[in-house]
Amino acid sequence: MTHHPDQSLPGSRQSSILGSILGRSDARRTGAGRVVGLAALAAVVALLPLLLPNAFYFDVAIRIAILAVNGIALNLLMGYTGQISLGHAGFFGLGAYGSAVLTTHFGWTPLPALLAAAGLTAVIAWGVARVILRLRGHYLAMATLGLGIIISIVLGNEAAWTGGPDGMPVDGFSLFGLTLSGERQWYWVFGGLLIGTVVLAQNLIDSPAGRALQALHGSETAASVAGIDVGRRKIAVFVLSATVSAMLGSLSAHYSGYINPGIAGFLQSVELVIIVVLGGMASIYGSIFGAVVMGLLPQILAGYEGWDSVLFGVILVVTMIFLPRGVVPSLATRLRSARLAGKGGAAC
Amino acid sequence: MLPELLQFILSGMTLGAMYMLSALGFSMIYNASGVINFAQGEFIMAGGMAASFLSAAGVPLPLACVAGVMIAGLVGGLVERLAVAPARDAAVASIIIITIGVSMILRGLTEILLGKRPYALPHFSGEAPLALRGATILPQSLWVLAAGALIVLGLSLFFGRTRIGKGMLATSYDRLAAQLVGVDVRRVLTLSFALSAAIGAVGGVVIAPISTVAYDTGMMLGLKGFVAATLGGLGSGPGAVFGGLFLGLIEALTAGYVSSAYKDAVPFILVFIVLVLRPQGLLGAKPTDRI
Amino acid sequence: MLTVANLSKRFGGVHAVQDVSFTIPRGCVYSVIGPNGAGKTTLFNLISGLYTPTSGTIGFEGREIGGAAPDQLARRGMSRTFQNLQICRNLSAIDNVMVGAHLTLNSSMFAGMLRWPGLSRADRACRERAAALMERVGCGAFVKADAAAMPYGALKRLEIARALASEPKILFLDEPAAGLNHTETHGIQTLVADLARSGLTVVVVEHDMKLVMSVSDRILVLNYGRRLAEGTPGEIRENPEVIAAYLGADAEED
Repeated sequence: MTHHPDQSLPGSRQSSILGSILGRSDARRTGAGRVVGLAALAAVVALLPLLLPNAFYFDVAIRIAILAVNGIALNLLMGYTGQISLGHAGFFGLGAYGSAVLTTHFGWTPLPALLAAAGLTAVIAWGVARVILRLRGHYLAMATLGLGIIISIVLGNEAAWTGGPDGMPVDGFSLFGLTLSGERQWYWVFGGLLIGTVVLAQNLIDSPAGRALQALHGSETAASVAGIDVGRRKIAVFVLSATVSAMLGSLSAHYSGYINPGIAGFLQSVELVIIVVLGGMASIYGSIFGAVVMGLLPQILAGYEGWDSVLFGVILVVTMIFLPRGVVPSLATRLRSARLAGKGGAAC
Repeated sequence: MLPELLQFILSGMTLGAMYMLSALGFSMIYNASGVINFAQGEFIMAGGMAASFLSAAGVPLPLACVAGVMIAGLVGGLVERLAVAPARDAAVASIIIITIGVSMILRGLTEILLGKRPYALPHFSGEAPLALRGATILPQSLWVLAAGALIVLGLSLFFGRTRIGKGMLATSYDRLAAQLVGVDVRRVLTLSFALSAAIGAVGGVVIAPISTVAYDTGMMLGLKGFVAATLGGLGSGPGAVFGGLFLGLIEALTAGYVSSAYKDAVPFILVFIVLVLRPQGLLGAKPTDRI
Repeated sequence: MLTVANLSKRFGGVHAVQDVSFTIPRGCVYSVIGPNGAGKTTLFNLISGLYTPTSGTIGFEGREIGGAAPDQLARRGMSRTFQNLQICRNLSAIDNVMVGAHLTLNSSMFAGMLRWPGLSRADRACRERAAALMERVGCGAFVKADAAAMPYGALKRLEIARALASEPKILFLDEPAAGLNHTETHGIQTLVADLARSGLTVVVVEHDMKLVMSVSDRILVLNYGRRLAEGTPGEIRENPEVIAAYLGADAEED
């Protein structure tokens, strides 16, 4: 059996469009691959409403979109830049409560409230990042975990402003006299937000800035010697990720009409980490896949008390054992090598 | 001493002994395998639940306690063999997800087997509080403190004197070197999980009479154990002891003098401050990279 | 071009580098040799900003750079490779080289997210330059490879390509031939000579004496963290102290 000379090179790869959509980044994601991926995503978002029978299913789809955008934001920090965060839901909560408090107690309109909450979160994230991003590995995990828990405890305790553990109602989102109402309208907001996030995130990853982030993940020493200000980059991506989560939190608070401190809690942060790792670190579409799994599984497993938790745990453990890099990157690699083997066979 | 202050110190020490046992489990597993085990709290819960269930079912108390600890130890060993060992080469984040998955499985199984209601053990030697210079202490608190002290003593003997204990230490310093001099590293890893689970379960068993246990009590205990281990310096035995007791004291004093609403936030604020000032924990060694 | 004066670095009680002074003229190949543990890599780490000197000064083009951060030094035109490879295994080979060109591109995150006009074009041009650099250092066969899939020898060359991508004025190579076989070492030797001809100042830490003697204009010999000798290859070859240090070290190893 003869091999095509190209394929005998270690690590060489065929340009497969599917591979380039699913692949990590860079050369693999050719312009064509990106466009096909986006077109597929846009088609799903556009056509899904035809299949959704009622408001309940629209709500599930919206929640998946929220998880996906949040997952992508965290993936920029964790998957691409290699900085773990076990408290990211805290920023989502800050955005949500920021909007809720400003609109309810101070009579602000939703858009300025959203921007103010995002700005405040960015400032907090910046202050925190400056001191904690010097930490590595498990120590960073601990610090971010603590941060998230502190935020959720504060939200639960300051009852005069936040309604305490019982939560507080939030008005709908209105702009220029128009008010968004109903799952069907909100569906387009969050669907559009998801597509926009994917575009911006992919642009970033493929740019020199994105390469710098991935480089400091690979080797901080190499990155700094190449002229990358490692500390400043880590802070910047942390603030970006936190701010995206905060804006998302604001919107989802207006959508759901009611929030409680649980949205900022440890379990929510863990859910985001699961989305990133299960779908695949450093994979945008992986985070969408992770969000779909995390959005649908609880619905499917609801009603089997105890068993839902067991089955969920088993899925996590089994996936991580057999697809340790996450579902999407692991499968993309297998697909590619299967393709290579197939072509190698055809050549002889 | 002010009776009130003494009272807070006593309850802080009891709480601290509990956190210490949880932290010791974290550090032991972290040392042997580099893994942060997010199922540590569930090991504690499993020990307390199993003992309480057996005791309620009519098994004599001492036997129920021993069985609870052994069951948790067995669960710990199984977890390592079935879930952690097969993913040895995976990245840290993947293994964290695995231990989170394990904690969900253990929580779910306990809910299925024993239900959602909280369980309690009878107090080991009566419920009449003992008076001490104007403060009171439950006899059970003395049991908690004694169990903590015994375990610290036992561990120091285990790591200092026994062959397998020294093998575990050697593995934590350099896994490859330990393997080369004949340490059965696979067994060491399994043992570290079993031992951590059993130690945590001792905590779960002795605390069960004071604060009840339910299928979901593990999470907070586990997280605070992680905090205590980090405070002292991950992987450091004395660090875990110090971190646990310190955390318990600070928490009790805050609850008493400052605000009980923010009592649960104290450990996290504390660890945050400590990490900012001393990124390797209070007693941890400074890591060095070779370039 | 680079003037080091009375440089010292202490780790706890260990004097890794002690009172070392030397000057590297522009456009020459300058080698640092010495037995294992002589402080060669520590010296490199001090000059490239990874360590802060305990005392002494480092002047680069007339300005003091002791204690400056590595990314600041990169802006001044300094670049280096590593004895223990520092490769970004999460990136493709060519992306590793392009990381080296970081300072030549618009690396703002906002510009990146919004696909700022001209950004893609500049990046494509950079990719072509990176491919040419890989070809030049002799790992052109891996232009489409993942860094994680490359063999050791090719990774050493990849590091050189990355260091060159920043268009440095001075290049530090930390043991470029370590772990390579005879043919590969010869390739590195040709490459270093070639780089020097193009006007680049090259500083090399290396154990392979044949390589050092053939490419160097001047050689600094370190022993136990101190300067033992400095001079042309001919002077170093004849220096009795150097011979003693090397023979002594050899005798101990045996």
